[in-house]
Amino acid sequence: MSTAAPPHELAGPVAGPASSGRRVVRALTHDWAAMASAGFLALILLMAVLAPLISLITGHGPNEFDTAAINTDLGGIPHGAFGGISAEHPFGVEPQNGRDILARIAYGARVSLLIAAAATVLTTLLGVVLGMLAGFYQGWVDQVICRVMDFLMAFPALIFMIAILSSLPAGNRSVLLVVVISVFGWPYLARVVRGQTMTLVNREFVEAARASGASTSALVFKEILPNLRSSLIVMTTLAVPGYIGTEAGLSFLGVGVAPPTPSWGQMISSSVGWYAVDPMYFAIPGLFLFLTVLSLTVLGDRLRAAFDAGDAS
Amino acid sequence: MMARYVAGRAAGVVVILFLVCLFTFIIFFTLSPDPAVMICGKTCTPERIDQIRGVLGLDQPFLTQFGTFLVGIFAGRTYGQGANLVECAAPCLGYSFQTNQSVWDMIVERLPISATVAVGAAVLWLLFGILAGLLSAVKEGTWWDRTAMGLALGGSSVPNYVLALALQYVLVVQLQILPFPSAVPFGEDPVLWFQSYLMPWLVLATGYACLYARLTRANVIDTLAENFMRTARAKGLSPALTMRRHALRPALTPIATIFGMDFAALLGGALITETVFGLNGVGKMAADSIAKNDQPVIMAVTLLAAFFVVVGNVVVDLVYTTLDPRVRITAK
Repeated sequence: MSTAAPPHELAGPVAGPASSGRRVVRALTHDWAAMASAGFLALILLMAVLAPLISLITGHGPNEFDTAAINTDLGGIPHGAFGGISAEHPFGVEPQNGRDILARIAYGARVSLLIAAAATVLTTLLGVVLGMLAGFYQGWVDQVICRVMDFLMAFPALIFMIAILSSLPAGNRSVLLVVVISVFGWPYLARVVRGQTMTLVNREFVEAARASGASTSALVFKEILPNLRSSLIVMTTLAVPGYIGTEAGLSFLGVGVAPPTPSWGQMISSSVGWYAVDPMYFAIPGLFLFLTVLSLTVLGDRLRAAFDAGDAS
Repeated sequence: MMARYVAGRAAGVVVILFLVCLFTFIIFFTLSPDPAVMICGKTCTPERIDQIRGVLGLDQPFLTQFGTFLVGIFAGRTYGQGANLVECAAPCLGYSFQTNQSVWDMIVERLPISATVAVGAAVLWLLFGILAGLLSAVKEGTWWDRTAMGLALGGSSVPNYVLALALQYVLVVQLQILPFPSAVPFGEDPVLWFQSYLMPWLVLATGYACLYARLTRANVIDTLAENFMRTARAKGLSPALTMRRHALRPALTPIATIFGMDFAALLGGALITETVFGLNGVGKMAADSIAKNDQPVIMAVTLLAAFFVVVGNVVVDLVYTTLDPRVRITAK
């Protein structure tokens, strides 16, 4: 459930007057949970950006083997307690080859975040454009888009994503992941955008703009789109953790990012055979994945509450 | 009127399933490596490949192959000819490239395991999710509400394979209070059966329970703010009675719809959970067939999962019309 379809509760706030950005920011800065989440996400982002620097400081690249850190007599489990955590390797090392887990977490963050971000951008683009087209023109355009959405939502997305990814030539896995996630993800956003556009089109201010001779593009970009802003922000924030989870899940199942490029899901996947003897190998990427998803969910939840409070007042 | 509505929806189901079928077939027809080469293995000759192609009908054009596949589901089909003729009775989904087993038999064998996983998890998540949500809504703003909702937010953020591995580490490896899961039939050893399915149930239920708790809370709070609830209270009904008689139905109806769809999706196999715990259900069959590029099995599991989702959708809409009088279908 943490994979595939984004959660159901994505029905964002109703399209109301655009809330003041400053008020929302103020509400968030007074909320410790939102601030802690933002802080953690900033840390992850920093880790991802500075991954090469981290490797430079610790002296371990993400794919460098360190046979000194593992006990070859005991089947390659790391030296020392807690998966070989030491000053040399702050998060320990992988069993068998001694790769530095900190470096792999940092480089893995790059892959996971980049894929999630790209999938979010593509999904949002598809969802907004197609959802607005359906809601704005209605009639047969709406019919066609709705049928396509029904079709995509009826598809067993996870099975199909795995099947497509495993039968496609290896090529650029990251790009394929983004495309596959977005193709199956956009209907959930488009459905909401379509509904809100339909109500907005009939509102007085849109009628007024149309009557005063505004062009279609002006209607779409100046009248309707700004009113979708708050629900778009909330929906995309709540969708990002879903995409991070999906990427990790697909990598976990072995059809995601190809080794040796690290990704969090893939690290967890390779730790499956070791969890009984070296639980830290599994716990560290698992914890990072959990905290990142949690932070994004909390942030999305609080954003929605802040926007909702604005609509109510 | 109702009959016409159902007939219309059934036609929609057939169209969507046909499209899923066609789409899946096209993808595998164009993308995957030649199955004949794969079946043939290492000691292969060009003649042998041609022979396999002939038996499986892979030498036919795309539309013929697709047609034969569809007809096979409803009327059965035959493979090869003469002495090597193999009769595949309807519903024929072909034979696994890996094990030569009939795909239909494989599904029939594994569906009960997936259903056990799904039903057990559903009982747990409905029970705990709805109870926690109701309590939180009634005690809105209290420490209980904040703790429960904080936990729910946390619980819905744990990817299920992470939870599965963590549970397995604590319960099986460290505390040793549970055996490693194995799909033991209930009749053989009820205790071991329960112990085996307990972890998969817990893992699957956690995410859904957290989601349902939050949904229930939000719905109940919205309902409690409605005018008819004020009327009920003004009539002098006790809080418990207003809750039971007036609030529960409108608050829980949307949950019923979502539950229908979630449950239907699970019947098609809990892919990750079954794989992690090594339970031989439809989900693991899907993962295995994909890993081995076993096309007939992939086709079948995709179709099966789509079938559950689409039919589940229709059932949910029908149930909704009886639960919510406002959308009841009436003769116009």
